[in-house]
Amino acid sequence: MGSVFPGLRCAPPGAAIWRPLRGLGRGLGALAVCPSYVPVTKLVQTLLDGLAVGGLYALIALGYTMVYGILKFINFAHSDIFVLGAWISWVFAVRVLGVPDSAGATAPGWTGPLVFLVAMTACGTAGFLIERFAYKPLRNAPRLNVLITAIGVSLLLQNTGQLRVFFGPYPKSMPLLVPDVTLGYLAGVRVPLVDVIVLGTVVVLMLGLEGLIFRTKLGRGMRAVSFNTSLAALMGVNVSAVISFTFVLGSALAAAAGFLFVMKYPAGLKQPADTSWMMLGLKAFVAAVVGGIGNVRGAMLGGMLIGLLEFFGVAYFEPLYRDVYVFSLLILVLLFRPTGLLGRATVEKV
Amino acid sequence: MALLEIRDLDVHYGAIHALQGIALTVAAGQIVTLIGANGAGKSTTLRTISGLRRPTAGTLVFDGQSLVGKPPHEIVRLGIAHAPEGRGIFANFTVAENLEIGAYARHDKAGIAADRERVLTLFPRLRERLQQSAATLSGGEQQMLAIARAVLARPRLLLLDEPSLGLAPQVVQTIFQIIREINAAGTTILLVEQNAHMALQTAHYGYVLEVGRIVMHAPANELERSDEVRRAYLGVA
Repeated sequence: MGSVFPGLRCAPPGAAIWRPLRGLGRGLGALAVCPSYVPVTKLVQTLLDGLAVGGLYALIALGYTMVYGILKFINFAHSDIFVLGAWISWVFAVRVLGVPDSAGATAPGWTGPLVFLVAMTACGTAGFLIERFAYKPLRNAPRLNVLITAIGVSLLLQNTGQLRVFFGPYPKSMPLLVPDVTLGYLAGVRVPLVDVIVLGTVVVLMLGLEGLIFRTKLGRGMRAVSFNTSLAALMGVNVSAVISFTFVLGSALAAAAGFLFVMKYPAGLKQPADTSWMMLGLKAFVAAVVGGIGNVRGAMLGGMLIGLLEFFGVAYFEPLYRDVYVFSLLILVLLFRPTGLLGRATVEKV
Repeated sequence: MALLEIRDLDVHYGAIHALQGIALTVAAGQIVTLIGANGAGKSTTLRTISGLRRPTAGTLVFDGQSLVGKPPHEIVRLGIAHAPEGRGIFANFTVAENLEIGAYARHDKAGIAADRERVLTLFPRLRERLQQSAATLSGGEQQMLAIARAVLARPRLLLLDEPSLGLAPQVVQTIFQIIREINAAGTTILLVEQNAHMALQTAHYGYVLEVGRIVMHAPANELERSDEVRRAYLGVA
């Protein structure tokens, strides 16, 4: 079991105080001893979790899809930027701001937004540097060379992250930067502040990205480069700058996902080379492909779909097949709609 | 006065010597045409001027400034717009968006709006289709869009690559009429064509390119009368 999600939350009606379960074993254990479900409660709970995690998949998928749209290659190091975002959040909160990471400790309200911005900035910079030094020199090289380089960058990030001077080889527990407050109950389901923050941030970031890509001049330049690089250059678009910006943007979104992930799952902060990260990154990649790789709206849709499918599968069928649902969807999409749900077949013009 | 001055230009594609010592002058205010068969190097010449290709030797001077080594987006800002071969419109954009991206390098909002109005008057068909996806346009309309978009960059030198390619004769007449109008409004044009007849009737001066070399150049009406050109390019025995 590679998953780091603490399983479905059981919320029997009338349970006034219910602390979120952290840790997979406890999560699944609780599932087994759950009292009888009220169907609506179970539905709402699954929907809430599926949307939140789906939103995180979508944020990561956007980076895959934007880079593919512009450079036509899969940036395999992208999921490691997500990991970097999660770990930088921890380092900045615990080591720099001195927030205690012991259970039950709380932090002042401003730390959350600050850590969020620092993680996004740091990862944006990392994305810029990776593009500048690893991919840009290969701009005119065959695609395979860039792909192999991306795998190399991914391994480099994972393994240097394990060094003690960086994050170290052990999992850590993320301090609660968002107070563990209950906002209310929805059909008997506890709605914690953190879930609202995760979903709200995802929605705001997506709307912002949508506006940037479809309503600004820079976004028009990005779409032009994605359609045809040399044609965009003839229009006066600075192609190199657009590519750099795309990496910065994608990396910052992955960092946001990393931060939100450890906010929702403080026990999910495994060591950088842990395989649970790879599974999350892989599912986000699946989300990009399912939505139609290269298509921004497709990545958003794909992420949400994958998240919902995963949580509904776990809640209503068999929790052990969590990964099976996701990859079965990938196989189905590749068989019956290989361009993805929102992707269009490209017509080779003569 | 020469707006564009090309001297001893060499371009290679790997081992292929595509342009071999090209010399070409485009005088300000004129329409200059570059005619020749398929593969002669006409498009390569344009691509080198707009910075998509790096020359291996030679000089390109536009209005006193060297173009060698400058990236395409800077060359656009110097005042050269290139409507590439095969129309090259953004099929994922609407017609309106295609026009807007033509003015990407500009910041004068009022000027852009005025030029947009001007090209829509030149091409009324585009005005009817502004919100349509550019992919739904006919071949002739796509060519009109490509030219209109290049004009929106407000270039001093407009590079047109095969504007008549694949178009019905009636549409070709319209396109060339508009090319004359754009030139009359003050834009210098370098026109690459396989349709030598139309090109020489429209241009002031002409160059004949054969496998990477300029073999003849003269005022367009003289070229049109020359026996060699008539035999090789105008289909007259």
